[in-house]
Amino acid sequence: MHRKPQRQPVRLIIAALVVFGLAALSLLLGSQKGLQPQHYIQLTIDGVRAGSIYALMALGFVVVYSVTGIINFAQGEFVMLGAMICLTVNDLDLPLPPALKLIAAILAGVLLTTLIGAGMERLTIHPARRSPPVTLIIITIGVTITLRAAALLVWGADPHVLPAFTTLALEDKIFRFGGVIIQAQSLWIWGALIAILILLYFFLERTLLGKALRACAVNRRAAQLVGINPDRMALLSFALAAALGAIGGIVLGPVTRPIYDMGVMLGLRGFVSAIIGGLLSVPGVVVGGLLLGVVENIAAGVTDPAYKSVVSFIILIAILLFRPQGIIGGGEKPAEEA
Amino acid sequence: MLKIENLCTFYGRIQALRGVSLTIAEGEIVAVIGSNGAGKSTLLNTISGMIPSRSGRIEFDGTPVAGLRPDQIVRLGISQVPERRQIFSTMSVMDNLILGAYHRYGRGEKGAIDRDLEFVFEIFPRLRERIKQSAGTLSGGEQQMLALGRGWMAKPKLLLMDEPSLGLAPLMAREIFRVSGQLREHGTTILLVEQNARAALELADRAYVLESGRVACEGKARELASDERVQKAYLGK
Repeated sequence: MHRKPQRQPVRLIIAALVVFGLAALSLLLGSQKGLQPQHYIQLTIDGVRAGSIYALMALGFVVVYSVTGIINFAQGEFVMLGAMICLTVNDLDLPLPPALKLIAAILAGVLLTTLIGAGMERLTIHPARRSPPVTLIIITIGVTITLRAAALLVWGADPHVLPAFTTLALEDKIFRFGGVIIQAQSLWIWGALIAILILLYFFLERTLLGKALRACAVNRRAAQLVGINPDRMALLSFALAAALGAIGGIVLGPVTRPIYDMGVMLGLRGFVSAIIGGLLSVPGVVVGGLLLGVVENIAAGVTDPAYKSVVSFIILIAILLFRPQGIIGGGEKPAEEA
Repeated sequence: MLKIENLCTFYGRIQALRGVSLTIAEGEIVAVIGSNGAGKSTLLNTISGMIPSRSGRIEFDGTPVAGLRPDQIVRLGISQVPERRQIFSTMSVMDNLILGAYHRYGRGEKGAIDRDLEFVFEIFPRLRERIKQSAGTLSGGEQQMLALGRGWMAKPKLLLMDEPSLGLAPLMAREIFRVSGQLREHGTTILLVEQNARAALELADRAYVLESGRVACEGKARELASDERVQKAYLGK
């Protein structure tokens, strides 16, 4: 709102130049590696897949941050827990047909992780809720380390396997279009993201509880004055963030090999996506996640896959230096008048 | 209905209320006037549970209120129209009003809530025109109407109004005061805090003058309006 209008075109030009420069650089690097157009399409598709997971994680960051002002670094651990719990239940010797067992495993992963998220808020955030945000953020880092260590004890240091959802139903789980390959699991990931966005929209815009959650994010004082209990909304936001994380981890499970410390790098990328989107806007962070996935994947594709994780760090540093309020959302938390 | 005895409230080390006592009977409009920093808003926020009181008693319909959370106090039947409106700016006019009735949902009051919404739109037809607009795009006067409507949607027995005329054009302020009188006729008791002493004393039955956290004088609004000291200090005569 207080943006200086005359600087807007300058910023657009700079952004266009940066994008154009990066695109030219990747084409140059790509041509040296002999990449064909379909390779770029493939890289983009895979990037959108990874980005969908980042978007799901970023949504978790937004839900918690907008309601409580806390950056919840345990978001990555929710992803890990969702995947791990799901594959553990799936490996149990239950007298069920495989498809039903997988459904039960997915439900268990989401529900248990949601409970863990809620428990985290009640046991660690709630008792310290009067502390400044920095303290609370450091508490979430403590929880992160604890959850990761617990996962190491329970699941060991080796990667695990979660079967692709449609190995059971489809003969061939890979679709080919010319030289471009789409795994059936990618469709599950995109489907999950779209379904969640629709559900989230419905929840936040159409239900009283969702409106109360938004009210708490917009103006905490006024929310209290209309009879909303912010402590309960904080609990709800952590549970919701955990559920979002778990779903991300479960749909991602089959395309990576879930391991106890997968939350580290995923958490970072979800956080960077959330920052790109300005930490408060749902569409902003979804675009942020997809963008990060694509940029990261193309950068890795035209150079070396080993550079993949460097991208998020560079973006993180650049944003914190030049645009700490985010790129897309561009919004600061509306100041609450005393 | 509301009985406050010897209430003391601190902001950190600064004492904002120094033993305030005040009563409100059902159906009354009571005004609290005083200059900036006299403790008027602190008084309302202590009643609402937003600031804890250090000592003293607040009793509402015989129930002690001090120590309850703000949301519990709203459930008891005290709702506040806060200073500077504090509407949910990125949400629609309708959503703001619905959230005003937040504590009434799930108690089988759906029909009553719809009737009350209709009532708010009747007294503020402008809000009906802007029902889907996001509240932050409303003019200052419309936002005040919305804040008042939202406060009333809680169906409070006691409505606390904090500086409703602040920053409004005189015509709009008069409209807000007129509607406040109308709400009383619908059975709402009102505690009004105002810097605009003249308008407040015209509307109110009784009034208290607050000076640096103490009640300096109290009485019938009409009598206070003709009191020489009050005239000099607050009415600019």
